[in-house]
Amino acid sequence: MVKKIKPQRVLPGFGLSMGYTIIYLSLIILIPITVLFLKASTLSLSDIWQTVTDDRVVASYKLTFYSSFVAAVVNAVFGTLIAWVLVKYQFPGKKIIDALVDLPFALPTAVAGIALTTIYAPNGWIGQLFEPMGVRIAFTPIGIMIALTFIGLPFVVRTVQPVLQDFDRQYEEAASTLGANSIQIFFKIILPTLFPAILTGFALAFARALGEYGSVVFISGNMPMKTEIVPLLIVTKLEQFDYAGAAAIASVMLIFSFILLFAINFWQWRISKKHQVA
Amino acid sequence: MKKKFFALFSALLLVWVAGCSDQEASTEGSSDNESEKAPKEIELLNVSYDPTRELYEEYNKSFAEYWEKEKGQKVTINQSHGGSGTQSRSVIDGLDADVVTLALAYDIVAIAETGKIAKDWQTRLEYNSSPYTSTIVFLVRKGNPKGIKDWDGLVKKGVSVITPNPKTSGGARWNYLAAWGYALQQNNNEEGKAKEFVTSLFKNVPVLDSGARGATTTFVEREIGDVLLAWENEAFLALNELGEDEFEIVIPSVSILAEPPVTIVDSAVEKNGTEEVAKAYLDYLYTDVGQEIAAKNYYRPRSEEIAKKYADQFPEINLFTIDEVFGGWTEAQKTHFADGGVFDQIYQP
Amino acid sequence: MNTKTIAQANTVSLQGLKKWVLIGIALAFLGLFIVIPLIAVFSEALKKGIELYFASLTEPDALSAIKLTLITAAIAVPVNTIFGVIAAYAIAKFSFKGKNILVTLIDIPFAVSPVIAGLVFVLLFGSQGLLGPFLEAHDIKIVFAVPGIILATLFVTFPFVARELIPIMQEQGTDEEQAGRMLGANGWQMFFRITLPNIKWGLLYGVILCNARAMGEFGAVSVVSGHIRGMTNTIPLHVEILYNEYNFTAAFAVASLLAILALFTLVLKSVVEWKSRKE
Repeated sequence: MVKKIKPQRVLPGFGLSMGYTIIYLSLIILIPITVLFLKASTLSLSDIWQTVTDDRVVASYKLTFYSSFVAAVVNAVFGTLIAWVLVKYQFPGKKIIDALVDLPFALPTAVAGIALTTIYAPNGWIGQLFEPMGVRIAFTPIGIMIALTFIGLPFVVRTVQPVLQDFDRQYEEAASTLGANSIQIFFKIILPTLFPAILTGFALAFARALGEYGSVVFISGNMPMKTEIVPLLIVTKLEQFDYAGAAAIASVMLIFSFILLFAINFWQWRISKKHQVA
Repeated sequence: MKKKFFALFSALLLVWVAGCSDQEASTEGSSDNESEKAPKEIELLNVSYDPTRELYEEYNKSFAEYWEKEKGQKVTINQSHGGSGTQSRSVIDGLDADVVTLALAYDIVAIAETGKIAKDWQTRLEYNSSPYTSTIVFLVRKGNPKGIKDWDGLVKKGVSVITPNPKTSGGARWNYLAAWGYALQQNNNEEGKAKEFVTSLFKNVPVLDSGARGATTTFVEREIGDVLLAWENEAFLALNELGEDEFEIVIPSVSILAEPPVTIVDSAVEKNGTEEVAKAYLDYLYTDVGQEIAAKNYYRPRSEEIAKKYADQFPEINLFTIDEVFGGWTEAQKTHFADGGVFDQIYQP
Repeated sequence: MNTKTIAQANTVSLQGLKKWVLIGIALAFLGLFIVIPLIAVFSEALKKGIELYFASLTEPDALSAIKLTLITAAIAVPVNTIFGVIAAYAIAKFSFKGKNILVTLIDIPFAVSPVIAGLVFVLLFGSQGLLGPFLEAHDIKIVFAVPGIILATLFVTFPFVARELIPIMQEQGTDEEQAGRMLGANGWQMFFRITLPNIKWGLLYGVILCNARAMGEFGAVSVVSGHIRGMTNTIPLHVEILYNEYNFTAAFAVASLLAILALFTLVLKSVVEWKSRKE
């Protein structure tokens, strides 16, 4: 992986830090993940193919990717906005709002699922407002998206926030004295600087949503072909003592996510490189 | 300024680390002390499924008293609860259970296949190793507004039925099989008719929770559905804990005899030296005291005497067993709940 | 008054309007997604009065769950923090081939379903697993005991600090470090005096997130814990148990504790911020 190190490094400690990174990464992540693939490979190829292309499984892939994507987009937009408000403006209660952003991480996912279902169920606080309009939130894909938005929100806010904090106000002021209006400043100066961070947050929220189980099972209703997410099918397989089948579905998900994350990381890296050169 | 910040920050980290090593040291210390003071104390781990929490909480106290009186030995019984299948998997993967008390025999058979439990486990104790039984009943809203009297009431248009997902919940499998058994009886054992019946029943299911208790919550707290299919003991418990004046229990004309089995885990009791106490623990379930505790927690006792005493609580139902109708759990699992089985076909578009 | 100041006044009020609109949107969004669920948790927790609330927090099983959660976080957070700083340094300050693959590998735990995160350790250390027979022969317990819970937590919280730091370090580049080196700082001096202070906010956020997640993780820990009451239950698992016992009030009370812990870490953050500003 780290075959050639370009001669341009001037800072010390590359060998040490990289060595440590790779060893720890292998211990905690790579070895366990390899075991997963090994388990999946105990099935024959045709069995694996059959398992992962089953109608129900395919329907759940679609649902999982679609709702995760929507949730991540919502988070990217509103997360950036929240980070912006938290960094740039002073208003009463700001500290509390700032603290609340982390709640989705601290609350056990099961509790989040139960709380969200309580609110969005047809007899819940918000659910009952929508019920007369014939809109159901809990036990439909909308409910799943809400749960996934909830769990992914901190990612975008917390990746954008520090970059904004370090962001040099001088650029803005300079641009403003040069006659740029605020929309121009935002799109020409601020957004390009923030974009790598937003993209990172988006990728993380997306990836996290793909794997989420605890909160979704409460709000989704788990109807086959309609509101079944991939992790639920994995649990279903386990329930039948079909470890290899579960590992096969999990491996497919993992490969998908890896490619996706890789593409986004690559994109992010290119943007930030361009930005640095410019 | 930067330095100060860093100092503060590393101090915080240090506190974390110190806190952790302290705590570790103290737990180790305390366990050492305990073993010095009372070397005779013994521990048992009972790995069970969800609806038995209340039962074993009461039963464990009773057994610990009994054992101390009998043998002069203190016994601490640790409990682990979860979905029956999940619990079975944990034992297979190394959870150090001395005894398992699960929802269905299939889950213990799976453990026996790994050699941790002797293959003949089901004949080691009376009544297929099931000291108590239960069945599937209906919980409806007060006054039974949809007039549900029996299984055929569940497939009517406009009736909404709550049951968990049979693929993830042991209890839901009993629900499903009970409905199937009823349909077979009504239609001269025609499998096709039974499938139609169960299909139209599941058409009326708006939410499939992943576990039995989740389904109860959906029915009780979210107020979704007209009828909840539940274990008899769960229905009683829901009635007592969540609102006696809001729900009532409907007993169908026929239902399935659910036999939750118990057994010792041979490999574990051998290693832990707990064979004697583990065996006594399970035998005690068959005594009058054990049977009465089961009855009090709404499990149908095997002992006729105790059953008579609690006759008001347990109305007569025509019960069939899984062996009679489905040829046992392994068979039922394969036909109905395995991937591509009958349950999956119901949801094929 | 000349035209210029009027124009300025206009932009100021426009600025003010924009500010409040943005704040309004942010608050509405947070209200809908975070505040209402939080209120739901606390209102359920306090439904039956404050006494019952505290009773459910001080009950022995709850205390042992709290203790286990603190131990787990106390190990997982520092270990992953150290890793995060070092990995981010290696990734952001140097260029090498395969960097994107490395970054993506670090992200993997986010994408892995918590169920699977637990499962891989069962597959590895469980008695049917690769190392199972060896561990059993030496009577070492990993899964269904505290080490398994810590491992699962390490796995799940692995990327937080690194992921937080990489974009910041990339944004900062290496100019300051290079200047420091030219002025004669050695490697460690450069790292502790320049690199680390530069990333302090990101690091702090990373640690807070990592800590929150370490304490709140449910799925992965659930698979490797064995759910033994009073022994291998963390706070989230204890919440689930209480919920399954129809003990909703206690369940939400214990859950609210996690929310309070999260708020507490943020207060701590504010204190650190304030102190450093005062310097």
